[in-house]
Amino acid sequence: MRNCVSTRKVTVLNPQGLHARPAYQFAKLAGRFQAAVEVIKEDQQANGKSILDLLMLAAEAGTELLVVARGEDASEATEALGQLMEQMVSLEKIQGLEPE
Amino acid sequence: MQQLDGIAVSPGVAIGEALVIDNEGFRIPRHYVLREEVENELQRFQNALESVAADIQQTRDSVATQLGEQYAAIFAAHLQMLQDPHLRAEVERWIDNQQYSAEYAVSVTLRGYARAFQKFENAYLSERSHDVYDLERRLLQSLVGHERQQIASLDSPVVLLAHNLSPSETAMLKPEFVLGFGTEVGGAGGHTAIVAKGMEIPAVVGIGSFLFDVSGGDRVIIDGNEGRLILRPDEQILQRYRQRQRDRQSTVVRLESLRDKPSVTRDGVPIQLMANIEFPHEALTSIERGAEGIGLYRTEFLYLGSAIAPTEEDHYRAYGEVVAAMDGRPVVIRTLDLGADKLSSTPSELADPNPFLGLRSIRLALANLPLFRLQLRAILRASVLGSVRVMFPLITTLDELIRAKQILNEARDELINEGVPCNREMLVGMMVESPAAALLIDRFIEEVDFISIGTNDLIQYTLAVDRGNPAVNDLYQASNPAVLRLIQRVVQVAQQANVPASLCGQMSSLPQYTMLLLGFGLRQLSVASGSIPEIKQICRRVDLEQCQQVAAEVMGMTRVQEIDAYLAAELAKLNLGGPGEAGSR
Repeated sequence: MRNCVSTRKVTVLNPQGLHARPAYQFAKLAGRFQAAVEVIKEDQQANGKSILDLLMLAAEAGTELLVVARGEDASEATEALGQLMEQMVSLEKIQGLEPE
Repeated sequence: MQQLDGIAVSPGVAIGEALVIDNEGFRIPRHYVLREEVENELQRFQNALESVAADIQQTRDSVATQLGEQYAAIFAAHLQMLQDPHLRAEVERWIDNQQYSAEYAVSVTLRGYARAFQKFENAYLSERSHDVYDLERRLLQSLVGHERQQIASLDSPVVLLAHNLSPSETAMLKPEFVLGFGTEVGGAGGHTAIVAKGMEIPAVVGIGSFLFDVSGGDRVIIDGNEGRLILRPDEQILQRYRQRQRDRQSTVVRLESLRDKPSVTRDGVPIQLMANIEFPHEALTSIERGAEGIGLYRTEFLYLGSAIAPTEEDHYRAYGEVVAAMDGRPVVIRTLDLGADKLSSTPSELADPNPFLGLRSIRLALANLPLFRLQLRAILRASVLGSVRVMFPLITTLDELIRAKQILNEARDELINEGVPCNREMLVGMMVESPAAALLIDRFIEEVDFISIGTNDLIQYTLAVDRGNPAVNDLYQASNPAVLRLIQRVVQVAQQANVPASLCGQMSSLPQYTMLLLGFGLRQLSVASGSIPEIKQICRRVDLEQCQQVAAEVMGMTRVQEIDAYLAAELAKLNLGGPGEAGSR
């Protein structure tokens, strides 16, 4: 395994913050990659594949997060997760879902 | 560690494992398992995870089919939480490293997350704590099974923590396994309080919401003196409370030596100390504590224990047991003192919007004559077995008293006609517990053989305070001058009329009031049996002149704080060597 690290800055766009459904989608997507995914908020860090860990960040709308992936498919992971975070709000709108 | 304040209702200190009963009566069992059981616990956790996951998956699928995928997403999130690698690792670590039971490990882990979520300011995030509690509940149900664990089946000592304990639940408890009680709701005069005092178990009620903060098996302390519940105490606090327990034990031993000594003041005036009881079996305990009789036998338990109304024989058997145990000592039986809401036999349309001002106590009895007559017949029948007296509660009008006496006379005539033996001269008394009865005591006194002042209700009605409502509980003050003036007047009038007066509310069990009450002229007190030695010790240390001075001083005061501080100082002057003073052994 190549020791590859990729990072990407993302902003929480959901008006209600990184609540259950976005955290679920994030963890689910992160779980598809080989790479270990870490999400960092200031001095806190979370395992990107753990929904409970992500919720513990209590990331409100507008919070800047740093996504760090380590492993073979690290750059694919940060790319996909970054896109997910950007699309999250519009995705919820399309699905006609109010945040729970 | 977490400290919570509530209302102290039964003194003493209890240290032990928590048994948590939630609103559904659900119980979390053991805390630790043996080393060799760890593998098994891990497997049980694994099985529970799989079974709950299958349940959630099924719910998700059926919601998805019926309502659409987007509505099912929340269940997918729940499933992901359940299968979260951190969650699983943490639970397994608790089981493996700490030998926690699977239930306890699940509870500790999930409640840890839930507590963290609750602290979030963002409402959408803090509400996720409900999801976590829901997962906890599902996992525990899978681990424990759906069967409700009966608190009656306790087999090891625990501190019982609950939202509220119903009278019938408390009645089923085995005292030897209950170290203490802590409840979220309830007040100083509530049922849990009375039962805890009767069982001499430390208890704190009205603590407010705390059940989410504690797991079954946690170590907890109930401080029934200060009204405090301590969850997961640190070593320092634990040591301090262990010391207090030891001190109390030595005080109890010291007070026990007083049992056979007479209850007289230093100047030779006898003070009759009677016991308040709730259950027949307490009669024996009260004699052990040195009670000269039963000053208040509450008969409500006959009505509350079972779903069907008690028969005359049920009443008779219970009274007979008490009277026999008291072996010729006086027994004052109080007739039914319940609200209509507490009686399973009354129709539900009688639901009372304001029970304390509604159809309760003597009013309920007079509105329900067959029920009242049945109890009076049983009391009359028991009256030949010893020295039995009957007492009517919550009298507010003279008509009520006269009517109650009339029903009693009818019941007596009935028995005589049937050839059933009964004491025709049985003494009849009334409780003075409404301001109306206290103010008009000079009229009431002509109709009775004795009176007993019930301070719990007298305080509540005089000060217009619901004693069970934590929001106004601080206004429930025994030392309020309005209350004291009523008590003083009642005692004076009774003395002039030469009618024996007693006082049987919680006030009589509190040592700071003993001198004041003797100073008012009371020569009989009816107290929780556990308090008899302590009160007797005070009686033996004081003389009446001193007590009268205390009373005169207090009646010149206007503020409750001033009165409380003065009474505490006077009590301290007696140098009784309370539980806190280990040096005075």
